[in-house]
Amino acid sequence: MSDAFVIVIPLLALIIIGAAIFAVRQKDLLLAIIGTSIVSLILSILFFILQAPDVALTEAAIGVALTTIIFIITIKKTTRYEE
Amino acid sequence: MRKIITILFLAILGYYMVDLMNQIPFGEDRMNVGRHYLENTIAETGSVNTVTSIVVSYRGFDTLGEVTVLFLAATGLGAILFDKRGKKRRKQNASSLVKTTSKLLYPLIVLLGAYVFVHGHLTPGGGFQGGAIIATGVLMMYMSYRRFETNHKALTIIESMAGLTFVSIGMGGLILGQGFLANFLPLGEPNMLFSAGIIPIIYSAVGFKVGAELTGVLDTLLKTIR
Repeated sequence: MSDAFVIVIPLLALIIIGAAIFAVRQKDLLLAIIGTSIVSLILSILFFILQAPDVALTEAAIGVALTTIIFIITIKKTTRYEE
Repeated sequence: MRKIITILFLAILGYYMVDLMNQIPFGEDRMNVGRHYLENTIAETGSVNTVTSIVVSYRGFDTLGEVTVLFLAATGLGAILFDKRGKKRRKQNASSLVKTTSKLLYPLIVLLGAYVFVHGHLTPGGGFQGGAIIATGVLMMYMSYRRFETNHKALTIIESMAGLTFVSIGMGGLILGQGFLANFLPLGEPNMLFSAGIIPIIYSAVGFKVGAELTGVLDTLLKTIR
C-alpha cells in the first residue's frame, strides 16, 4: 500500500461518518437517502482501494443505484418529512 | 439512568472485543483454509479469480441458497404488490439531455453487465455483480422514458430457465458420480475464456437470473406509483 492511501483512507472514512450522521439527523427523508447513497459510494471506493474489486462492484450497483431508487419509491408512496 | 447502564454495557462489550482482536496479529494470515484456496485454486478449479472459485465451486451450494433467497424475495414482493398497480406510471418525460444520454448509455451498460458475468472466472465480478449492473441500466431507462416497458412474462421465463440451468448442471455432477455441483467438465487452460469447467456456465446463469429478478422487482415497485 502506497503512502498516498494512508492519507486518503482516513479522509474517506471521515466523509462516510459525516454522511452517516447527516442521514440519521436529517428530517427531510429525501436528503437522508442521498446521505446513505453517499455512504455507499465512498464505501465502494474504499473497497476498491483495499483490493476487493468484487465487493466494490456489488456495492456500487446495489448500494448506490438500486437501494436509493427503492427508498425514493417508498417516499413517493408515503411522506417526505419525518415528524 | 438507563443511558448510563447502556453505555457501561457497551463499554464492557467493546473492551472485550478489542482485547480479543488484539490477540490476532494484524495483517498476518493465520487461516489455513485461506492459504489453501490461494495456492490450489488454479490447479483444482481452473479459475484464475479466487473469489469466483470459492463462490461457485468450493461453496457452490451456498450460492444456490443465495439465489433461492433472492428468488423468494422477488416473488414475495410480486405477490404482495401485484394488486396495487396503477394504470399510468409517470406523468412526464425526463429532459431531452437525460433521454439522449440514457439512450446512448443503455446498450453499453447492458454490455458491461454481460461482460462482467461472462468473464467472472477471469476478472473481478461475476453473476451477482453483472446482474445488478444490467438492472441499473434498465432502471436508467425507466427513469428517462415514460413508455419504456419490460416484458414481465419474458423476465419470468429467463429467471426460471437460469435457475433450471443452475440446478441441472449441479445434477449433472451427481449423475456422473462426483457429487452435486462437482466440476465435471474439462478445466482447460487457465486465463482463457473457455476454461474452469462449469464455473462460467453457472455464473452466466446466475447473471441472467439476478438481472431478471432485480429488473422484475424494479418493474413491480415502479408500477405501484400512481
